[in-house]
This record gives sequence, C-alpha cells and structure tokens, in this order.
Amino acid sequence: MTAHAAAAEHHHGPPPAHQSSRVDARVLGMFLFIASEIMLFGSFFTALFFVRVVKAPRHWPPVGFHLPILVAGVNTAILVTSSFTIHWALTSIKRGNRNGLKAGLVLTFLMGLTFLVTQGIEYARIGFAPHDNAFTTTFFCLTGLHGAHVFVGLTLLAMATVRAFRGHYSPEHHHGVEIPGIYWHFVDVMWIVVYATVYIL
Amino acid sequence: MRNPLRSEAEAFRFVVIVLGFFVAVVLGKLAAGWWLGLAVAAVGFVVLLWLLREAAKPPERQEAPAHVGGASDLRILVIANETVGGGTLREVIAQKAEGYDEEVLVVCPALNSPLRHWVSDEDGARAQAQERLDESVGRLREAGVNVRGEIGDADPLQAIEDALRTFGADEVIVSTHPVGRSHWLERNVVGAARERFAVPITHVIVDLETDSAEVVD
Repeated sequence: MTAHAAAAEHHHGPPPAHQSSRVDARVLGMFLFIASEIMLFGSFFTALFFVRVVKAPRHWPPVGFHLPILVAGVNTAILVTSSFTIHWALTSIKRGNRNGLKAGLVLTFLMGLTFLVTQGIEYARIGFAPHDNAFTTTFFCLTGLHGAHVFVGLTLLAMATVRAFRGHYSPEHHHGVEIPGIYWHFVDVMWIVVYATVYIL
Repeated sequence: MRNPLRSEAEAFRFVVIVLGFFVAVVLGKLAAGWWLGLAVAAVGFVVLLWLLREAAKPPERQEAPAHVGGASDLRILVIANETVGGGTLREVIAQKAEGYDEEVLVVCPALNSPLRHWVSDEDGARAQAQERLDESVGRLREAGVNVRGEIGDADPLQAIEDALRTFGADEVIVSTHPVGRSHWLERNVVGAARERFAVPITHVIVDLETDSAEVVD
C-alpha cells in the first residue's frame, strides 16, 4: 500500500476540495469577483454613455465645466507604473528575492496612495459638485467608484506588505501577493478606461 | 479552450494590452477626429479578440515526465470513467504491471451534464465516479496491484495533465466504450492526448455489455 493510500485511509473530516490545475481556486475566485466588478462598472459606464450619446449634448463637458486632464494624466501614469511595480514584486518573490518583493510592494502602495490623495485634492478644487447636472453626477460616480476600488486595493496591498516584511512569502507560497496583484491590475485597467472615456474622448 | 487569464502575469499582460489599445484610440482621435479614433478602436478590438483567441489555444505538446525509480519500476496512469469497473480492464492493467515494481494511478473523470457543470453541481457525478473507482481499485489491490485512485477533472485531457503533473507516468492507458457509444471517441480524446502528451498512450476499448476488452493500439 502506498503512503498516499495509507494517509487516505486514516483521513478524518471533510473530503479535500475539488481542484484542477486549470487555475488555482483562489485565483479563480478573484477573477470571478473581478468579473462581477466589471459588470458594476459597466452599469456606471452605461449611465455615462446614455447621458453623453443618447442625450447628445453639443458640448462635452458642458460649457463652463473643465476637467484637469493634465493632472489626471500624471495620476494615470503613476497608477499604470504601479502595475509594473506590483508585477516586479511578484516576479522577485518567485525568484526568491525578498528585498525586491518588499521594495515592489512599498512602491506600489505609495503610488496608489499618491493617486488617491491626488484624486481627493482634484475633487476639492474641481469647482463643481455631484448634484449640479448629469455630467457632474456621472463624473463623480465613475471616478468615485474607482477611487473606492483603489482604497480596497490599498488595504489589500497594506496587508500584503506587512506580511512581506514579516517573511510570510516564499518562491513556493506567494498567493497573498498574487491575488492582490490581480486585483490591482484590474483597478489599473478600469482607470485606463475611465480616464480615456471621461477625461479625453 | 484554455482560460487566457490564469495568473497575475497574464493579468499584467492584459493591463499592457489595454493601455496600448487606449493610447492608440486617443492618439487617433486627437490626430484626425472621432472617425479615426473609432477606426483605431475597431481595429484594436479585432486584434484584442485575436490575441485572446491565441492565448486560449491549447498548450503545446508537453514533455514526458521524468521516470521515477529504477529500471524495474513502472508507473501506469489509467484514465477511465464508466469502463473503470470492467473486469477486463483490470486484467489489462494487471498484465501490463506484471514483472515490474508497479505503481498504478487510476483517475476517473467525473463526467457531468453541461448544465450541471456550469452550475457547479458536481457532487452527484463525483460520488458515482468514486463508487466505481473504489470498487475497481479494491479489486486491483486484491489482484496484488499497487494501486490508488483519484477523481479527476471532467475533461479527460485535463485529468491526464493534472495526473501527469502530480504522479508522472511511464505509460498511460485510456479506456473507452466501443465506437458509437463513446463520447470520448467522438471527441477524439485519444488522438488529442497523443498529440498533447509525449507519453506512450495505450487505448483500451471496453465493452461492458459483453465484459470484453480490446487493446486497440
């Protein structure tokens, strides 16, 4: 009798979870969660395009409303760069480079925080409020929804960073970085879409 | 079909692709107005779909796992579902194992209806597969074969890939129903397995009605 068979015969408790090597269950869970998030963002984009295309105003943004395209562009560059740093962090731990992991996570967290703080300052100085008209409502809803996701991402990154400094990750075990990393990439992709559709196009 | 988004690295690649897509659309719009922007978006969308389709293609032919143990050691992987309970398949396995310090892993893919698969209602299919597997493994052990069993992925090719990763094998036996009654043969599972895995694969046709087996090739 093999060791495996012997272990199986002495196993007590619930059976092991169904699992295939197609994709890790935890990673799959995150992708499914992101799929639901895309639908949530989709409803907000639908509202934006409805207001913009169906009502077809002559000017967009309406006359008298200006968006800080340049500041938001710099913010976009910061957020996109943070995708590279989180990827670097994960690549580092896969190669056993703990310092690279820590540096990547800290940089990603700081860039995400910079993005969020800059967005807060932008809100304070933008000169219009969510209740002014349909344009301002869709603007604050979309950017605010995204900002909330950045906040969640930062929370996940903070936990991953603390765990990294406590030495919890290794080349074999790094799901605690990979899963927040996937979420962070999603946050980045959504911001690229938000910035392009709300600020530029 | 392979899920094109399976890891952080693939999600990162997707970020870069989306970034390139929107940069091209915005540059098109700024350079020559909405129509060029829309044209770039349409072309970019087609390219994006093509990239996703390429990424979803099945992986290249996989190398054979390294042989474990000495010259007299033999690892056999058996993939069978309903035919796993057939007495003649057990005889084929026992014959192949003869003269070796064999280790046999019987993997029984839990076949399910598409609807039940999509709603993750797999428990019934797995329980039935487990029942057949337990019976077959028990009889093989009685015949003196060093064997253990596992329930595998519903896709037999994926079940082989999973088992090769964890168990490795010098030889794979795929057991199916006869032509006309086998969904696996309709889907050319044996041919696809030979293309995908660089391991000797023996195809055994088991007819449960007559309890006979035929080693096809």
